[in-house]
Amino acid sequence: MNHLLEVDNLHVQFDTPQGPASAVDGASFHISHGETLGLVGESGCGKTVTSLSILGLIPSPPGYIKADRILFKGRNLLNLSSEDVRKIRGREIAMIFQEPMTSLNPVLPIGRQVAEPLIAHKGISKAKAFKEAIKWLDYVKIPEARKRLYDYPHQLSGGMRQRIMIAMAMVCHPQLLIADEPTTALDVTIQAQILSLIAGLKEELNMSVLLITHDLGVVAQMADRVLVMYAGEIVEEADVMSLYDRPFHPYTEGLLRSMPILDKQIGDKLHRLTEISGIAPCTTGLTQGCKFADRCPFAFPLCSEKRPELLEVKDGQRARCWLRDYPEKRRHHD
Amino acid sequence: MKRFFGNLNFTLGFILSLFIVMMALTSLVWTPYDANSMDALHRLARPSLTHPLGTDQYGRDILSRVMVGAVNSIIVGLVTVGIGISLGVFLGLISAYFGKFVDEAIMRLSDLLFGFPAVLSAILITSILGPSIINAMLAIGIFYIPVFARLTRAVAMTIWEREFIEAARACGVNEIYITWRHVLPNILSPLLVQATIQFAVAILAEAALSYLGLGTQPPFASWGRMLNEAQTFMTLAPWMAVFPGVAIALAVLGFNLLGDGLRDTFDPKMVRKR
Repeated sequence: MNHLLEVDNLHVQFDTPQGPASAVDGASFHISHGETLGLVGESGCGKTVTSLSILGLIPSPPGYIKADRILFKGRNLLNLSSEDVRKIRGREIAMIFQEPMTSLNPVLPIGRQVAEPLIAHKGISKAKAFKEAIKWLDYVKIPEARKRLYDYPHQLSGGMRQRIMIAMAMVCHPQLLIADEPTTALDVTIQAQILSLIAGLKEELNMSVLLITHDLGVVAQMADRVLVMYAGEIVEEADVMSLYDRPFHPYTEGLLRSMPILDKQIGDKLHRLTEISGIAPCTTGLTQGCKFADRCPFAFPLCSEKRPELLEVKDGQRARCWLRDYPEKRRHHD
Repeated sequence: MKRFFGNLNFTLGFILSLFIVMMALTSLVWTPYDANSMDALHRLARPSLTHPLGTDQYGRDILSRVMVGAVNSIIVGLVTVGIGISLGVFLGLISAYFGKFVDEAIMRLSDLLFGFPAVLSAILITSILGPSIINAMLAIGIFYIPVFARLTRAVAMTIWEREFIEAARACGVNEIYITWRHVLPNILSPLLVQATIQFAVAILAEAALSYLGLGTQPPFASWGRMLNEAQTFMTLAPWMAVFPGVAIALAVLGFNLLGDGLRDTFDPKMVRKR
């Protein structure tokens, strides 16, 4: 029981004009020391909300967090005062955001922004914080870090800004880094650089990473274990090899099949990508059965009547699907 | 710099404002005559080489008085805008941060202040507190508070929605620090523009109050005061009214153009055709 982070039965709801919408619906997971956990799912399935609720950054109202517990290093974050949670943010749990273009303050020099967590948490002098900032800018491979301290964000490219964001997240040596789609806004070559930078930092500092993405390629490259989320629920959990080898949940299967495979050709024709039909469901109101039932190619009557539990299917791989109990229903039509 | 001076408004405004400021600064060390010393022999003298802008009914040199009046106007502008900005920005930030009831309360109070005609209320305040330049500045300054409060609130609310605020929160920075370090610097440019324009309005308002006898008191020189004294001698000595009037017009025009020019250069999206 010495996981770094343990989340039990997390619910997050938002008030909307259409009534309460549940963005996260009973998510439980853990992250061990030095582990990279991938959190995958399509847009709007609750990935970002999950990470923000760990940091206590869900604005309330309209958002409400309910959970049995969110244990970080043995402390239940839900019982801490907002001031205590603030002290953990940036110092012990840090976060990198998706949009490096808008996540930096346009009117502050970057050195100041990188030094900010140090000044906020450790109360060290500005000069010392700047020295530390230079060290980290060097580390994330910003050329001529000392000169760059006084540059403004608009003078830097997207990749550089994401490095700045990483430096900002790292200055206080957090034990957990939450990377929310860190490479989505970047082009592929820069993406590879940023990912290897994160991987390197993680190794060197024995840090844990919660990697949120919708890019299965990124997950395959980075993660040890993967959670697949759909409509606010965790539908499958597996180590990365098993997930790609034998995905259990039809949603995971669908995600993997909708990925382009460059070297695979069927016959003479190019392999056509398969999409998952339908759209992600609206999360207001209650659904009785499995949330994926409407889009599932294998759905049978039970699926829309009763909600499946997240249960083990094989060697630690868990899935939330009735196919576990009724494997004969899985028929591939192709 | 080039960006600013490429703008015609800014350049004109800058030159005019600089002219007024230089006039004021010069008067601190040198004026052609003592602005308050009377010379009964040269009463109501026409503009001439000895008195370039003429003299008034006590024989005081008008050029010297216009120069000293510039100091007065600039002080009025600085103090009133200072009062308005310091309290207005503070209230506006509070309003934007807390929202809900606090926001309602502050904004409805602002509406209330806005509801009064400013000059009329300034007259009310100065007649209660007694006519003096200090009270006139206080009255004008109070009416600037809602101007800056509204502006600050409106801009600050959009800043709080930006992503870098979330990023700063994720770094564990506290809310006061975020307000100071992230919100405030982002609203400085609209504030600067507004301040420049209010500066011009203040000069005009002080002139109006002094003209009514509620601002600067004799014998001190103020452009509005000079107009007041000039009106009895309008036909005899029109230069007594013309030159302070021109000074007021130039100062107001200058600071207004400066504000306009600043707004144009700060907001590249607002391209004006001319």
